[in-house]
Amino acid sequence: MKSLGKYLLLLASLFRNRERFQVYIKLIIDEAVLIGIDSIFIVVIVSSFIGAVTAVQTASNLVSPLVPVYIIGTIVRDMTVLELAPTIISVVLAGKVGSNIAGGLGTMRITEQIDALEVMGINSASYLILPKIVASIITFPLLVIIAGFLSIYGGYVAGVLTGVLTEKEYIYGIRYEFSPYNISFAMIKALVFAFLISSISSYQGYFTKGGALEVGQSSTQAVTNSCIAVLCADYLLAQLLL
Amino acid sequence: MIEINNLSKRFGDKVVLDNVSGCFEKGKTNLIIGASGTGKSVLLKCMVGLIPPDFGNVSFDGRDFTNGNVDIRQEIRREIGMLFQGSALFDSKNVEENVKFPLDMLTEMSKEEKQERVNFCLKRVGLEKASKLMPSEISGGMQKRVGIARAIALNSKYLFCDEPNSGLDPQTAILIDNLIKEITEEYNITTIVVTHDMNSVLEIGDHILFMYKGEKLWEGTNKEILETEVKALQDFIFANKLIRDFHKRNPS
Repeated sequence: MKSLGKYLLLLASLFRNRERFQVYIKLIIDEAVLIGIDSIFIVVIVSSFIGAVTAVQTASNLVSPLVPVYIIGTIVRDMTVLELAPTIISVVLAGKVGSNIAGGLGTMRITEQIDALEVMGINSASYLILPKIVASIITFPLLVIIAGFLSIYGGYVAGVLTGVLTEKEYIYGIRYEFSPYNISFAMIKALVFAFLISSISSYQGYFTKGGALEVGQSSTQAVTNSCIAVLCADYLLAQLLL
Repeated sequence: MIEINNLSKRFGDKVVLDNVSGCFEKGKTNLIIGASGTGKSVLLKCMVGLIPPDFGNVSFDGRDFTNGNVDIRQEIRREIGMLFQGSALFDSKNVEENVKFPLDMLTEMSKEEKQERVNFCLKRVGLEKASKLMPSEISGGMQKRVGIARAIALNSKYLFCDEPNSGLDPQTAILIDNLIKEITEEYNITTIVVTHDMNSVLEIGDHILFMYKGEKLWEGTNKEILETEVKALQDFIFANKLIRDFHKRNPS
């Protein structure tokens, strides 16, 4: 409970004694590059393979001749949009982005760089954390869109190349009973996960105490807590919005 | 002038500062000395507002920093320059950007004015040729000098230095000490240096405050310190063999 209170106070402090708007613009762009652009490679790899594996595994489990093969496309689509793209990619990003944020802030804390900001009269939490959260909220949904597209395309490539189903069947499958609301749901999840991962990781890094060992521990803790928060939020959002 | 009045701080059951009072004058290099763990750095952090004291207050030229309102605290903070023990340079910025950082954040100066000020500060600490290097590419002594340049970039009225020559070779340590003293006198600022280096004490200590187990035990100048009768201070000073031998040969 003490940690939760400290986390909420940290979030509240982001909006007190803020710097000029122009300062944040540059920082948000820098962070968006670090968080978003630098994560594209891992997102491309993970999502393509997730889609391909989903298609192949679905096909291998479809033993009944009563089930049409185009349903593979439908399953890949729904799994991708509802779960794989927003949640699995967020868990992967919790590892990459979360540890990076916590490690960076932790190092700044133990090398007194955060103290240097405070002595200058700069709200270090607002200056360092707010741009990371905003950049995450901007870039995560874009990464999820890329992941969703590539996952479905990965399923298509795997399904068609292995001869499990034809191109036409797959396209028919992914269009079959499509609900646009699912896309909105995936975007809402991406926004919530972006906020959770960036804020929890920032909290862990910002309050690091000690030396290099503790920075490593903060990074590990950031990834663990972010993943738990993402999975809990995933369940809650599914209950609330589906 | 900086005044501290009855500053007290404890962490759990451990008393780190016990009713410490003192006055640090403008244009002088004020040193806070003492063995490790006697509360010097905590005292410095209480003075600059990084750690809130449990009791007592710090005032800068009559303005109460500890209990003052947000505006006064902000105003004072922007008049403070601080050199940290590990220099605390921003890893992601080069030397020039580090010095320019407070100007970017806290002033409305034009680009040209900022560049001029950065060039001046870097020249003052003898690093005009290192402006494009990253902190990881320069030596510990150079990092300290960049730290000093950053601390004076805003024309600070108060300069705080936390163990400025720790981890430096004796020659570089003297260079940093002399730079701090020169800057203090040149710009007539109030400088407070936390150190346990006796060379610094004898070289630049205009006014010295000796801390022992969280208390202020002695106050004086570098001329008076070798004549002290305070046992704990004698133990601290004469732990250094060179000073011990020198004092034996020249007792006066």
